[in-house]
Amino acid sequence: MSYDVVVLGAGPAGMSAAATAGELGLKTLLLDEQPRPGGQIYRNVGIASSRMAKILGPDYQAGTRLLDRLRISGAEVRYDTLVWDVSEDLEVAAVQNGKTFQVTVKQLIAATGAMERPSPLPGWTLPGVMNAGAAQIAMKSGGYVPSGRIALVGTGPLLLLVACQLIEAGAQLVAVVDTSPKGQWKSAIRHLPAALRAPEYLVKGLRLLRHLRSSGVPHYRDVSNLQILGTDSVNSLLFNVVGKPHSLDLDTVLLHHGVIPNHQLSRLLRVEHTWDATQLAWRVACDNHGQTSLRGFRIAGDAVAISGAIAAEASGALAALGAAHALGRITDAELQQRSSTHQRLLKRHQSIRPFLDVLYRPPTYITNPPDDVVVCRCEEVTAGHIREMAALGCQGPNQTKFFSRCGMGPCQGRVCGTVVTQLLANATHMAPDHVGTYRIRGPLKPIRLSAIASIGTDAT
Amino acid sequence: MFKRIENSATDCTIEVDGKVIPTQAGAPLALALLAAGVSTFRQTAVSGEPRAPLCLMGVCFDCLVQVDGQPNVQACMVRVRDGMRVQLQRGAATVREAA
Repeated sequence: MSYDVVVLGAGPAGMSAAATAGELGLKTLLLDEQPRPGGQIYRNVGIASSRMAKILGPDYQAGTRLLDRLRISGAEVRYDTLVWDVSEDLEVAAVQNGKTFQVTVKQLIAATGAMERPSPLPGWTLPGVMNAGAAQIAMKSGGYVPSGRIALVGTGPLLLLVACQLIEAGAQLVAVVDTSPKGQWKSAIRHLPAALRAPEYLVKGLRLLRHLRSSGVPHYRDVSNLQILGTDSVNSLLFNVVGKPHSLDLDTVLLHHGVIPNHQLSRLLRVEHTWDATQLAWRVACDNHGQTSLRGFRIAGDAVAISGAIAAEASGALAALGAAHALGRITDAELQQRSSTHQRLLKRHQSIRPFLDVLYRPPTYITNPPDDVVVCRCEEVTAGHIREMAALGCQGPNQTKFFSRCGMGPCQGRVCGTVVTQLLANATHMAPDHVGTYRIRGPLKPIRLSAIASIGTDAT
Repeated sequence: MFKRIENSATDCTIEVDGKVIPTQAGAPLALALLAAGVSTFRQTAVSGEPRAPLCLMGVCFDCLVQVDGQPNVQACMVRVRDGMRVQLQRGAATVREAA
């Protein structure tokens, strides 16, 4: 079976890319590890109950539009499919039902999305500590809600959104603990004019704040000295507000300091990345149609840089148009004509980002944690240990990996990566671009030997 | 600890460390375990400290459990099947000597 284009990831960017490609008559294959489309933001939107859909809100429900478009586009979709390797020749190896299949294409679009920025805090490895996004996933996966006393800790629009969703779902939210540094809004204000190009985001944000205020849930601001305490699981949260100590008895702590791209695949393919000092994350270098430094490999959506679901849709469409053009299926003029609406929409939705990125900049104790905080959760390597290695001469994450196993655990550096880069950049007084990040090798996730052994024994 | 705010009727059973737990077929295993009161999913290989899911989306690898004999399965990425046997992992794996 040969395809014109393969799309990886069935979130908004991937669904849009696959639907656009299918609609243009390209032989398209869309792969996703989940059992159904939606990615994270639109997870299970096709099967959500009306009650959960209402709790999760209209932005979530908007995902059904893309599901419908994908279904009629003619794109072939394979779910429960784990892509574990991609070669520089764009040969994709994936496991489905325990067997590997391989597909080689000239145009590959990675719409692999984002993940939550790690929030290393004292006690963050305790059971009962989760990301705010995990609580949202739990709600989307059949109406699961934490059953005890919950606190949301961090900064960013998702924090407010999850707070409101949890309140709607009847969860016992006892506090929102805002870690945003004092006066951060003053730095953000100069980006407000640009943000007004997409005023709906600001309106939504204000509405969430108002909803939270009217709920009566305490909202602590400008906190410091956070500590999560417990023996086998979360027991309490300690923090200071303007020097005054607070203690909350809790069962669940939900952390959130923004969303960052998941670059495992783009790193595997060694394409060019640059450090974005405003988003405090890596960004894949690509053109207006997602073309990276590897010909034929395009990237779309939040996997490029965080821009949100609507922007992701436009980005996916642009990548598909670029692929179609590269394959000679549409002319230069058609490319330009079909791209213009998406480009305008993308620009408009990206205009809110500088404001949000500065307003919700994580505090430095999150991006450059104190010595005793575990940074590499898998191998339990602390920030202090990483600093020690830097003092001994380790220049980058691959060196600290050799000496400490930091980044060698099952998550393959997904969680600790950005923190280690920033930590080493601070410790060595070098730019993150210079410090770099882990060298990623396949398989992208653990697979059984039987999945590899099956290669070559079947036709497809 | 999690609870389901709708459709909480159970329709199948799984075994967790030998204990029979009623749950729903098709539910993400990690959530089924959390809803059944499993708060510690594993003890780490390095220090034996307790861990449970952090991300629920396949990124953190803290929800690793053994499923039907296969170790290191991300519980958030598999769905409950009637009769599934789950074993919680404690510390590093031990390699048995060949007889």
